[in-house]
Amino acid sequence: MYVAVKGGEAAIANAHALLADRRRGDRSVPALRLDQIVEQLALGVDRVMSEGSLYDRELAALAIVQARGDMIEAIFLVRAYRTTLPRFGYTRAIDTGAMLVERRVSATYKDLPGGQLLGPTFDYTHRLLDPELAAGGDVAEPLQRASEAEAMPRVSAILACEGLIEPDGDMPQDHVPGDITREPLEFPMARDIRLQALSRGDEGFLLALGYSTQRGYARNHPFVGEVRIGEVELELDVPELPFAVPLGSARVTECQMVNQFKGSAKAPPQFTRGYGLVFGQSERKAMAMALCDRALRATEFGEDVVAAAQDEEFVISHSDNVQATGFVEHLKLPHYVDFQAELDLVRRMRAEHDARENAGKAVEKREAAE
Amino acid sequence: MREQEARDQQLERKAVMATLAQSTGDDIVLLWNEAGLPSEAELLRGPETGLVTVRGRIGGGGAPFNVGEATVTRATVRLASGQVGHCYALGRDKQKAKLAAIADALWQDPTRRNEVETKLIAPLQSALASARERRRAETAATKVDFFTVRGED
Repeated sequence: MYVAVKGGEAAIANAHALLADRRRGDRSVPALRLDQIVEQLALGVDRVMSEGSLYDRELAALAIVQARGDMIEAIFLVRAYRTTLPRFGYTRAIDTGAMLVERRVSATYKDLPGGQLLGPTFDYTHRLLDPELAAGGDVAEPLQRASEAEAMPRVSAILACEGLIEPDGDMPQDHVPGDITREPLEFPMARDIRLQALSRGDEGFLLALGYSTQRGYARNHPFVGEVRIGEVELELDVPELPFAVPLGSARVTECQMVNQFKGSAKAPPQFTRGYGLVFGQSERKAMAMALCDRALRATEFGEDVVAAAQDEEFVISHSDNVQATGFVEHLKLPHYVDFQAELDLVRRMRAEHDARENAGKAVEKREAAE
Repeated sequence: MREQEARDQQLERKAVMATLAQSTGDDIVLLWNEAGLPSEAELLRGPETGLVTVRGRIGGGGAPFNVGEATVTRATVRLASGQVGHCYALGRDKQKAKLAAIADALWQDPTRRNEVETKLIAPLQSALASARERRRAETAATKVDFFTVRGED
Protein backbone atom coordinates (compact mmCIF):
# COMPACT_ATOMS: atom_id res chain seq x y z
CA MET A 1 0.00 0.00 0.00
CA TYR A 2 1.23 3.52 -0.84
CA VAL A 3 1.12 6.02 1.99
CA ALA A 4 1.64 9.69 1.08
CA VAL A 5 4.44 11.23 3.12
CA LYS A 6 5.54 14.78 3.66
CA GLY A 7 8.62 16.12 5.26
CA GLY A 8 12.01 17.65 4.81
CA GLU A 9 10.84 21.26 4.80
CA ALA A 10 13.07 22.24 7.71
CA ALA A 11 15.91 20.16 6.31
CA ILE A 12 15.64 21.91 2.94
CA ALA A 13 15.53 25.40 4.48
CA ASN A 14 18.54 24.62 6.64
CA ALA A 15 20.41 23.10 3.70
CA HIS A 16 19.91 26.30 1.72
CA ALA A 17 21.14 28.39 4.65
CA LEU A 18 24.18 26.15 4.85
CA LEU A 19 24.71 26.54 1.11
CA ALA A 20 24.67 30.34 1.53
CA ASP A 21 27.24 30.04 4.31
CA ARG A 22 29.57 27.76 2.37
CA ARG A 23 29.19 29.92 -0.72
CA ARG A 24 30.44 32.91 1.24
CA GLY A 25 33.21 30.84 2.84
CA ASP A 26 35.68 32.23 5.36
CA ARG A 27 34.34 35.67 6.39
CA SER A 28 37.85 36.98 6.94
CA VAL A 29 38.41 36.67 3.16
CA PRO A 30 36.90 39.64 1.26
CA ALA A 31 33.72 38.81 -0.67
CA LEU A 32 34.03 38.75 -4.47
CA ARG A 33 32.52 41.67 -6.32
CA LEU A 34 30.80 41.12 -9.65
CA ASP A 35 33.08 43.59 -11.43
CA GLN A 36 36.08 41.53 -10.28
CA ILE A 37 34.58 38.46 -11.89
CA VAL A 38 33.64 40.32 -15.07
CA GLU A 39 37.15 41.73 -15.39
CA GLN A 40 39.32 38.90 -14.12
CA LEU A 41 37.38 35.73 -14.89
CA ALA A 42 36.20 37.08 -18.23
CA LEU A 43 36.37 33.83 -20.18
CA GLY A 44 34.32 32.01 -17.55
CA VAL A 45 31.77 34.81 -17.83
CA ASP A 46 31.84 34.39 -21.62
CA ARG A 47 31.17 30.66 -21.34
CA VAL A 48 28.15 31.28 -19.14
CA MET A 49 26.85 33.88 -21.61
CA SER A 50 27.39 31.56 -24.57
CA GLU A 51 25.81 28.43 -23.11
CA GLY A 52 23.28 30.33 -21.01
CA SER A 53 22.42 31.93 -24.37
CA LEU A 54 22.18 35.38 -22.80
CA TYR A 55 24.56 38.23 -23.46
CA ASP A 56 24.85 40.09 -20.15
CA ARG A 57 28.19 40.10 -18.34
CA GLU A 58 26.96 41.18 -14.91
CA LEU A 59 24.21 38.56 -14.86
CA ALA A 60 26.67 35.86 -15.89
CA ALA A 61 29.05 36.99 -13.13
CA LEU A 62 26.24 36.91 -10.58
CA ALA A 63 25.32 33.42 -11.74
CA ILE A 64 28.93 32.26 -11.34
CA VAL A 65 29.09 33.54 -7.75
CA GLN A 66 25.68 32.17 -6.87
CA ALA A 67 26.67 28.78 -8.32
CA ARG A 68 29.97 28.82 -6.37
CA GLY A 69 31.83 28.55 -9.67
CA ASP A 70 29.84 25.55 -10.92
CA MET A 71 29.57 26.57 -14.57
CA ILE A 72 26.66 24.36 -15.57
CA GLU A 73 24.68 25.48 -12.51
CA ALA A 74 25.47 29.09 -13.47
CA ILE A 75 24.30 28.44 -17.04
CA PHE A 76 21.11 26.91 -15.63
CA LEU A 77 20.49 30.07 -13.53
CA VAL A 78 20.94 32.31 -16.55
CA ARG A 79 18.61 30.19 -18.68
CA ALA A 80 15.96 30.37 -15.97
CA TYR A 81 16.32 34.15 -15.68
CA ARG A 82 15.80 34.59 -19.44
CA THR A 83 12.30 33.19 -19.20
CA THR A 84 11.25 36.06 -16.89
CA LEU A 85 11.88 38.79 -19.47
CA PRO A 86 9.66 40.08 -22.30
CA ARG A 87 11.03 39.82 -25.82
CA PHE A 88 11.58 42.93 -27.93
CA GLY A 89 12.45 41.21 -31.20
CA TYR A 90 15.22 39.87 -33.43
CA THR A 91 18.27 41.97 -34.25
CA ARG A 92 19.44 42.52 -37.78
CA ALA A 93 22.07 39.92 -38.65
CA ILE A 94 25.47 41.03 -37.38
CA ASP A 95 28.25 41.78 -39.85
CA THR A 96 31.38 40.00 -38.64
CA GLY A 97 33.30 41.54 -41.56
CA ALA A 98 32.88 44.96 -39.91
CA MET A 99 34.05 43.68 -36.51
CA LEU A 100 36.39 45.74 -34.33
CA VAL A 101 38.89 42.88 -34.38
CA GLU A 102 40.81 41.98 -31.20
CA ARG A 103 42.23 38.73 -32.53
CA ARG A 104 42.29 37.24 -35.97
CA VAL A 105 44.36 34.34 -37.23
CA SER A 106 44.25 32.13 -40.26
CA ALA A 107 45.97 28.77 -40.54
CA THR A 108 45.47 28.65 -44.31
CA TYR A 109 46.83 32.02 -45.50
CA LYS A 110 49.96 33.63 -44.15
CA ASP A 111 49.55 37.00 -45.85
CA LEU A 112 45.88 37.79 -45.81
CA PRO A 113 44.56 41.36 -45.94
CA GLY A 114 44.59 42.78 -42.43
CA GLY A 115 47.25 40.29 -41.34
CA GLN A 116 47.53 37.83 -38.50
CA LEU A 117 46.66 39.49 -35.20
CA LEU A 118 47.39 37.29 -32.20
CA GLY A 119 45.52 39.39 -29.64
CA PRO A 120 45.22 38.23 -26.02
CA THR A 121 45.86 34.54 -26.63
CA PHE A 122 47.05 31.57 -24.56
CA ASP A 123 48.71 30.20 -27.72
CA TYR A 124 52.52 30.06 -27.53
CA THR A 125 52.51 30.46 -23.75
CA HIS A 126 54.52 27.77 -21.94
CA ARG A 127 51.70 26.73 -19.66
CA LEU A 128 53.88 27.21 -16.60
CA LEU A 129 52.11 28.37 -13.46
CA ASP A 130 53.06 31.92 -12.64
CA PRO A 131 53.92 32.53 -8.96
CA GLU A 132 53.95 36.28 -9.59
CA LEU A 133 50.21 36.19 -10.24
CA ALA A 134 49.75 34.56 -6.84
CA ALA A 135 51.72 37.40 -5.28
CA GLY A 136 49.42 39.91 -6.99
CA GLY A 137 52.06 42.18 -8.51
CA ASP A 138 51.38 45.06 -10.89
CA VAL A 139 50.87 44.28 -14.55
CA ALA A 140 52.40 46.45 -17.27
CA GLU A 141 50.19 48.24 -19.80
CA PRO A 142 50.18 46.49 -23.18
CA LEU A 143 52.22 47.87 -26.06
CA GLN A 144 50.54 49.85 -28.79
CA ARG A 145 51.46 50.11 -32.43
CA ALA A 146 50.25 52.87 -34.66
CA SER A 147 48.54 51.44 -37.71
CA GLU A 148 46.16 52.44 -40.42
CA ALA A 149 42.69 51.05 -39.93
CA GLU A 150 42.75 48.22 -42.45
CA ALA A 151 39.81 46.36 -43.92
CA MET A 152 39.75 42.77 -42.70
CA PRO A 153 37.59 40.73 -45.08
CA ARG A 154 36.55 37.28 -43.94
CA VAL A 155 38.94 34.68 -45.31
CA SER A 156 36.03 32.85 -46.95
CA ALA A 157 35.59 35.84 -49.25
CA ILE A 158 39.18 35.42 -50.48
CA LEU A 159 38.92 31.75 -51.40
CA ALA A 160 35.49 32.30 -52.90
CA CYS A 161 37.03 34.37 -55.69
CA GLU A 162 38.62 31.24 -57.13
CA GLY A 163 35.44 29.21 -56.93
CA LEU A 164 37.28 26.50 -55.02
CA ILE A 165 35.18 26.88 -51.91
CA GLU A 166 31.48 26.63 -51.42
CA PRO A 167 29.67 29.92 -50.80
CA ASP A 168 28.22 31.04 -47.46
CA GLY A 169 25.25 28.88 -46.57
CA ASP A 170 22.02 30.05 -48.15
CA MET A 171 18.45 29.17 -47.36
CA PRO A 172 15.43 29.48 -49.66
CA GLN A 173 14.43 33.13 -50.17
CA ASP A 174 11.26 32.94 -48.05
CA HIS A 175 12.86 30.94 -45.22
CA VAL A 176 12.26 32.42 -41.77
CA PRO A 177 15.08 31.54 -39.36
CA GLY A 178 13.90 28.87 -36.93
CA ASP A 179 14.07 29.52 -33.21
CA ILE A 180 14.54 26.64 -30.77
CA THR A 181 13.43 28.85 -27.89
CA ARG A 182 9.98 29.07 -29.48
CA GLU A 183 9.43 25.76 -31.26
CA PRO A 184 10.27 22.24 -30.14
CA LEU A 185 13.14 20.43 -31.89
CA GLU A 186 12.20 18.40 -34.95
CA PHE A 187 14.45 16.12 -36.96
CA PRO A 188 15.80 16.41 -39.55
CA MET A 189 16.36 20.13 -38.98
CA ALA A 190 17.55 22.97 -41.20
CA ARG A 191 21.12 24.19 -40.79
CA ASP A 192 20.07 27.53 -39.26
CA ILE A 193 18.30 25.77 -36.38
CA ARG A 194 21.20 23.38 -35.93
CA LEU A 195 23.60 26.32 -35.64
CA GLN A 196 21.43 27.94 -32.97
CA ALA A 197 21.49 24.71 -30.97
CA LEU A 198 25.25 24.32 -31.43
CA SER A 199 25.96 27.92 -30.42
CA ARG A 200 24.39 27.33 -27.00
CA GLY A 201 25.61 23.71 -26.80
CA ASP A 202 27.96 22.39 -24.14
CA GLU A 203 31.57 23.23 -24.91
CA GLY A 204 32.91 19.94 -23.57
CA PHE A 205 30.42 17.84 -25.53
CA LEU A 206 31.06 19.68 -28.82
CA LEU A 207 34.81 19.63 -28.19
CA ALA A 208 34.78 15.86 -27.76
CA LEU A 209 32.70 15.36 -30.91
CA GLY A 210 34.90 17.73 -32.90
CA TYR A 211 37.93 15.83 -31.64
CA SER A 212 36.35 12.55 -32.67
CA THR A 213 36.09 13.78 -36.28
CA GLN A 214 39.81 14.58 -36.25
CA ARG A 215 40.59 11.10 -34.94
CA GLY A 216 38.82 9.45 -37.84
CA TYR A 217 35.16 9.21 -36.87
CA ALA A 218 33.78 11.15 -39.85
CA ARG A 219 37.12 12.55 -40.88
CA ASN A 220 36.83 15.69 -42.98
CA HIS A 221 40.32 17.23 -43.05
CA PRO A 222 39.68 20.56 -41.36
CA PHE A 223 41.76 23.73 -41.55
CA VAL A 224 41.06 26.87 -39.59
CA GLY A 225 40.41 29.26 -42.45
CA GLU A 226 39.97 31.95 -39.86
CA VAL A 227 39.20 32.64 -36.24
CA ARG A 228 38.26 36.18 -35.33
CA ILE A 229 37.23 37.71 -32.03
CA GLY A 230 35.95 41.21 -31.49
CA GLU A 231 33.00 43.50 -31.09
CA VAL A 232 30.15 43.79 -33.54
CA GLU A 233 27.36 46.34 -33.50
CA LEU A 234 23.79 45.24 -32.93
CA GLU A 235 20.76 46.88 -34.52
CA LEU A 236 17.07 46.28 -34.00
CA ASP A 237 14.13 47.21 -36.21
CA VAL A 238 11.38 48.77 -34.11
CA PRO A 239 8.01 50.14 -35.24
CA GLU A 240 8.48 53.54 -33.58
CA LEU A 241 11.58 54.50 -35.56
CA PRO A 242 12.13 54.77 -39.32
CA PHE A 243 15.63 53.25 -39.04
CA ALA A 244 17.18 50.28 -37.26
CA VAL A 245 18.00 51.41 -33.74
CA PRO A 246 21.62 50.84 -32.63
CA LEU A 247 21.82 48.84 -29.39
CA GLY A 248 25.55 48.92 -28.69
CA SER A 249 28.28 46.33 -29.28
CA ALA A 250 28.70 42.71 -28.29
CA ARG A 251 31.85 40.59 -28.39
CA VAL A 252 31.63 37.39 -30.43
CA THR A 253 33.99 34.71 -31.70
CA GLU A 254 33.67 33.43 -35.26
CA CYS A 255 35.37 30.38 -36.77
CA GLN A 256 35.48 29.57 -40.47
CA MET A 257 36.54 25.96 -40.79
CA VAL A 258 37.60 24.91 -44.29
CA ASN A 259 37.32 21.22 -45.09
CA GLN A 260 38.72 19.18 -47.92
CA PHE A 261 36.07 17.39 -49.92
CA LYS A 262 36.76 14.90 -52.66
CA GLY A 263 33.42 15.42 -54.34
CA SER A 264 30.45 13.13 -54.70
CA ALA A 265 27.57 12.41 -57.01
CA LYS A 266 25.99 15.61 -55.70
CA ALA A 267 28.89 18.07 -55.65
CA PRO A 268 32.25 18.62 -57.42
CA PRO A 269 35.55 18.43 -55.53
CA GLN A 270 35.93 21.67 -53.59
CA PHE A 271 36.53 23.01 -50.13
CA THR A 272 33.44 22.80 -47.97
CA ARG A 273 32.90 24.72 -44.77
CA GLY A 274 31.82 24.49 -41.20
CA TYR A 275 30.80 27.60 -39.29
CA GLY A 276 31.04 28.59 -35.66
CA LEU A 277 29.70 31.75 -34.00
CA VAL A 278 29.42 32.19 -30.24
CA PHE A 279 29.06 34.95 -27.66
CA GLY A 280 32.20 36.25 -26.01
CA GLN A 281 35.80 35.17 -26.43
CA SER A 282 35.26 31.44 -26.81
CA GLU A 283 37.67 30.20 -29.43
CA ARG A 284 37.65 26.51 -28.50
CA LYS A 285 33.87 26.47 -28.56
CA ALA A 286 33.63 28.26 -31.91
CA MET A 287 36.11 25.79 -33.45
CA ALA A 288 34.31 22.76 -32.00
CA MET A 289 31.01 24.17 -33.25
CA ALA A 290 32.41 24.59 -36.76
CA LEU A 291 33.74 21.00 -36.78
CA CYS A 292 30.35 19.68 -35.68
CA ASP A 293 28.48 21.89 -38.16
CA ARG A 294 30.53 20.41 -41.01
CA ALA A 295 30.17 16.82 -39.77
CA LEU A 296 26.40 17.27 -39.48
CA ARG A 297 26.19 18.30 -43.14
CA ALA A 298 27.11 14.75 -44.20
CA THR A 299 23.83 13.95 -45.94
CA GLU A 300 23.88 17.30 -47.74
CA PHE A 301 27.12 16.19 -49.43
CA GLY A 302 26.06 12.59 -49.92
CA GLU A 303 28.59 11.30 -47.35
CA ASP A 304 27.97 8.07 -45.45
CA VAL A 305 26.71 8.70 -41.93
CA VAL A 306 28.96 6.39 -39.94
CA ALA A 307 29.95 8.32 -36.82
CA ALA A 308 28.31 9.96 -33.80
CA ALA A 309 29.34 13.48 -34.84
CA GLN A 310 27.34 13.09 -38.08
CA ASP A 311 24.17 11.93 -36.35
CA GLU A 312 22.04 15.06 -36.08
CA GLU A 313 19.49 13.70 -33.65
CA PHE A 314 22.22 12.29 -31.41
CA VAL A 315 24.32 15.47 -31.40
CA ILE A 316 21.60 18.10 -31.11
CA SER A 317 19.48 16.16 -28.60
CA HIS A 318 22.43 15.82 -26.25
CA SER A 319 24.30 19.08 -26.74
CA ASP A 320 22.29 21.14 -24.26
CA ASN A 321 23.93 20.85 -20.85
CA VAL A 322 20.93 22.29 -18.98
CA GLN A 323 18.69 19.55 -20.32
CA ALA A 324 21.40 16.97 -19.78
CA THR A 325 22.12 17.96 -16.21
CA GLY A 326 18.42 18.17 -15.44
CA PHE A 327 17.80 14.61 -16.53
CA VAL A 328 20.94 13.14 -15.03
CA GLU A 329 20.65 15.02 -11.74
CA HIS A 330 16.96 14.30 -11.24
CA LEU A 331 18.02 10.72 -10.51
CA LYS A 332 19.09 11.79 -7.01
CA LEU A 333 15.66 13.15 -6.12
CA PRO A 334 13.30 10.85 -4.19
CA HIS A 335 12.19 7.88 -6.29
CA TYR A 336 10.87 5.97 -3.27
CA VAL A 337 7.63 4.84 -4.88
CA ASP A 338 9.23 3.95 -8.21
CA PHE A 339 11.87 2.01 -6.38
CA GLN A 340 9.33 0.29 -4.13
CA ALA A 341 7.52 -0.94 -7.23
CA GLU A 342 10.77 -2.16 -8.78
CA LEU A 343 11.67 -3.86 -5.51
CA ASP A 344 8.35 -5.73 -5.48
CA LEU A 345 8.87 -6.76 -9.06
CA VAL A 346 12.39 -8.07 -8.45
CA ARG A 347 11.20 -9.98 -5.35
CA ARG A 348 8.43 -11.59 -7.38
CA MET A 349 10.77 -12.49 -10.23
CA ARG A 350 13.24 -14.00 -7.79
CA ALA A 351 10.52 -16.06 -6.17
CA GLU A 352 9.52 -17.35 -9.59
CA HIS A 353 13.15 -17.97 -10.50
CA ASP A 354 13.73 -19.91 -7.26
CA ALA A 355 10.54 -21.89 -7.79
CA ARG A 356 11.65 -22.85 -11.32
CA GLU A 357 15.09 -23.82 -10.08
CA ASN A 358 13.69 -25.94 -7.23
CA ALA A 359 11.27 -27.62 -9.58
CA GLY A 360 14.17 -28.36 -11.96
CA LYS A 361 16.27 -29.81 -9.14
CA ALA A 362 13.37 -31.98 -7.99
CA VAL A 363 13.01 -33.37 -11.52
CA GLU A 364 16.77 -34.04 -11.73
CA LYS A 365 16.71 -35.84 -8.37
CA ARG A 366 13.78 -37.98 -9.40
CA GLU A 367 15.42 -38.90 -12.70
CA ALA A 368 18.66 -39.78 -10.91
CA ALA A 369 16.73 -41.94 -8.44
CA GLU A 370 14.98 -43.74 -11.26
CA MET B 1 15.78 67.54 -51.90
CA ARG B 2 13.66 67.63 -48.78
CA GLU B 3 13.63 63.85 -48.76
CA GLN B 4 17.42 63.82 -48.81
CA GLU B 5 17.47 66.24 -45.90
CA ALA B 6 15.11 64.06 -43.91
CA ARG B 7 17.28 61.04 -44.61
CA ASP B 8 20.44 62.85 -43.53
CA GLN B 9 18.74 63.93 -40.35
CA GLN B 10 17.71 60.33 -39.67
CA LEU B 11 21.30 59.20 -40.10
CA GLU B 12 22.49 61.89 -37.71
CA ARG B 13 19.87 60.91 -35.15
CA LYS B 14 20.87 57.29 -35.50
CA ALA B 15 24.52 58.19 -34.90
CA VAL B 16 23.52 60.08 -31.74
CA MET B 17 21.55 57.07 -30.51
CA ALA B 18 24.49 54.80 -31.32
CA THR B 19 26.84 56.99 -29.27
CA LEU B 20 24.44 56.94 -26.32
CA ALA B 21 23.92 53.17 -26.55
CA GLN B 22 27.67 52.50 -26.67
CA SER B 23 28.50 54.77 -23.73
CA THR B 24 28.33 53.71 -20.10
CA GLY B 25 25.60 55.01 -17.83
CA ASP B 26 28.26 56.53 -15.56
CA ASP B 27 29.78 58.59 -18.38
CA ILE B 28 26.36 59.83 -19.46
CA VAL B 29 25.35 60.85 -15.92
CA LEU B 30 28.65 62.64 -15.35
CA LEU B 31 28.40 64.73 -18.52
CA TRP B 32 24.68 65.29 -17.99
CA ASN B 33 25.24 66.84 -14.60
CA GLU B 34 28.20 68.91 -15.80
CA ALA B 35 26.15 70.22 -18.72
CA GLY B 36 23.13 70.86 -16.50
CA LEU B 37 20.78 69.27 -19.03
CA PRO B 38 17.15 68.95 -17.89
CA SER B 39 16.21 65.48 -16.72
CA GLU B 40 12.48 66.08 -16.44
CA ALA B 41 10.33 64.35 -19.00
CA GLU B 42 7.13 62.40 -19.09
CA LEU B 43 7.83 58.68 -19.23
CA LEU B 44 5.64 57.15 -21.93
CA ARG B 45 7.16 53.68 -21.63
CA GLY B 46 9.66 52.01 -19.34
CA PRO B 47 12.41 52.13 -18.58
CA GLU B 48 12.00 48.39 -18.92
CA THR B 49 14.35 45.48 -19.54
CA GLY B 50 13.70 42.73 -22.05
CA LEU B 51 15.42 40.48 -24.52
CA VAL B 52 16.45 40.68 -28.12
CA THR B 53 17.53 37.64 -30.07
CA VAL B 54 20.88 38.24 -31.75
CA ARG B 55 21.17 37.02 -35.33
CA GLY B 56 24.25 35.96 -37.23
CA ARG B 57 24.67 34.68 -40.77
CA ILE B 58 25.64 31.17 -41.86
CA GLY B 59 29.26 31.30 -43.01
CA GLY B 60 29.40 34.98 -42.06
CA GLY B 61 27.42 36.26 -45.06
CA GLY B 62 24.72 33.66 -45.76
CA ALA B 63 21.23 33.12 -44.45
CA PRO B 64 20.46 34.51 -40.99
CA PHE B 65 20.24 32.28 -37.90
CA ASN B 66 19.59 32.96 -34.22
CA VAL B 67 22.69 32.94 -32.03
CA GLY B 68 21.30 33.75 -28.59
CA GLU B 69 19.65 36.48 -26.61
CA ALA B 70 20.86 39.72 -25.05
CA THR B 71 19.38 41.97 -22.40
CA VAL B 72 18.17 45.33 -23.68
CA THR B 73 16.65 48.20 -21.73
CA ARG B 74 14.35 50.67 -23.44
CA ALA B 75 12.61 53.90 -22.55
CA THR B 76 10.36 56.38 -24.32
CA VAL B 77 9.86 59.92 -23.04
CA ARG B 78 8.01 63.09 -24.05
CA LEU B 79 9.30 66.57 -23.29
CA ALA B 80 7.03 69.42 -22.24
CA SER B 81 7.86 70.94 -25.64
CA GLY B 82 6.36 67.85 -27.32
CA GLN B 83 9.37 65.94 -28.69
CA VAL B 84 9.28 62.17 -28.15
CA GLY B 85 12.60 60.43 -27.56
CA HIS B 86 13.50 56.74 -27.57
CA CYS B 87 16.32 54.61 -26.28
CA TYR B 88 17.16 50.95 -26.74
CA ALA B 89 20.50 49.90 -25.26
CA LEU B 90 22.20 46.62 -24.38
CA GLY B 91 22.23 45.84 -20.67
CA ARG B 92 19.95 46.60 -17.74
CA ASP B 93 20.85 50.20 -16.89
CA LYS B 94 17.45 51.91 -16.49
CA GLN B 95 18.79 55.32 -15.63
CA LYS B 96 20.96 55.29 -18.73
CA ALA B 97 17.98 54.33 -20.90
CA LYS B 98 15.88 57.14 -19.48
CA LEU B 99 18.58 59.80 -19.90
CA ALA B 100 19.42 58.57 -23.40
CA ALA B 101 15.74 58.81 -24.38
CA ILE B 102 15.62 62.37 -23.02
CA ALA B 103 18.80 63.18 -24.93
CA ASP B 104 17.21 61.83 -28.11
CA ALA B 105 14.17 64.03 -27.50
CA LEU B 106 16.24 67.13 -26.70
CA TRP B 107 18.31 66.54 -29.83
CA GLN B 108 15.14 66.75 -31.92
CA ASP B 109 14.40 70.19 -30.48
CA PRO B 110 16.24 72.61 -32.83
CA THR B 111 16.79 75.05 -29.94
CA ARG B 112 18.49 72.38 -27.82
CA ARG B 113 20.30 70.33 -30.45
CA ASN B 114 23.54 72.27 -30.36
CA GLU B 115 23.77 72.06 -26.58
CA VAL B 116 23.21 68.29 -26.64
CA GLU B 117 25.72 67.81 -29.44
CA THR B 118 28.53 69.83 -27.87
CA LYS B 119 28.08 69.10 -24.17
CA LEU B 120 27.03 65.44 -24.31
CA ILE B 121 27.39 63.68 -27.65
CA ALA B 122 30.73 65.10 -28.76
CA PRO B 123 32.60 64.26 -25.51
CA LEU B 124 31.03 60.77 -25.41
CA GLN B 125 31.92 60.27 -29.05
CA SER B 126 35.52 61.29 -28.53
CA ALA B 127 35.89 59.03 -25.47
CA LEU B 128 34.50 56.11 -27.47
CA ALA B 129 36.76 56.88 -30.42
CA SER B 130 39.90 57.03 -28.30
CA ALA B 131 38.96 53.77 -26.53
CA ARG B 132 38.45 52.13 -29.92
CA GLU B 133 41.73 53.55 -31.21
CA ARG B 134 43.61 52.31 -28.15
CA ARG B 135 42.13 48.84 -28.59
CA ARG B 136 43.07 48.83 -32.26
CA ALA B 137 46.63 49.92 -31.47
CA GLU B 138 47.00 47.28 -28.74
CA THR B 139 45.80 44.61 -31.14
CA ALA B 140 48.07 45.94 -33.91
CA ALA B 141 51.08 45.44 -31.59
CA THR B 142 50.33 41.69 -31.72
CA LYS B 143 50.41 41.56 -35.52
CA VAL B 144 52.81 38.96 -36.90
CA ASP B 145 55.53 40.33 -39.17
CA PHE B 146 56.77 37.39 -41.19
CA PHE B 147 60.31 37.40 -42.53
CA THR B 148 61.98 34.96 -44.86
CA VAL B 149 64.79 32.76 -43.66
CA ARG B 150 67.06 32.15 -46.63
CA GLY B 151 68.19 28.59 -47.16
CA GLU B 152 71.56 27.73 -48.70
CA ASP B 153 71.48 27.93 -52.50
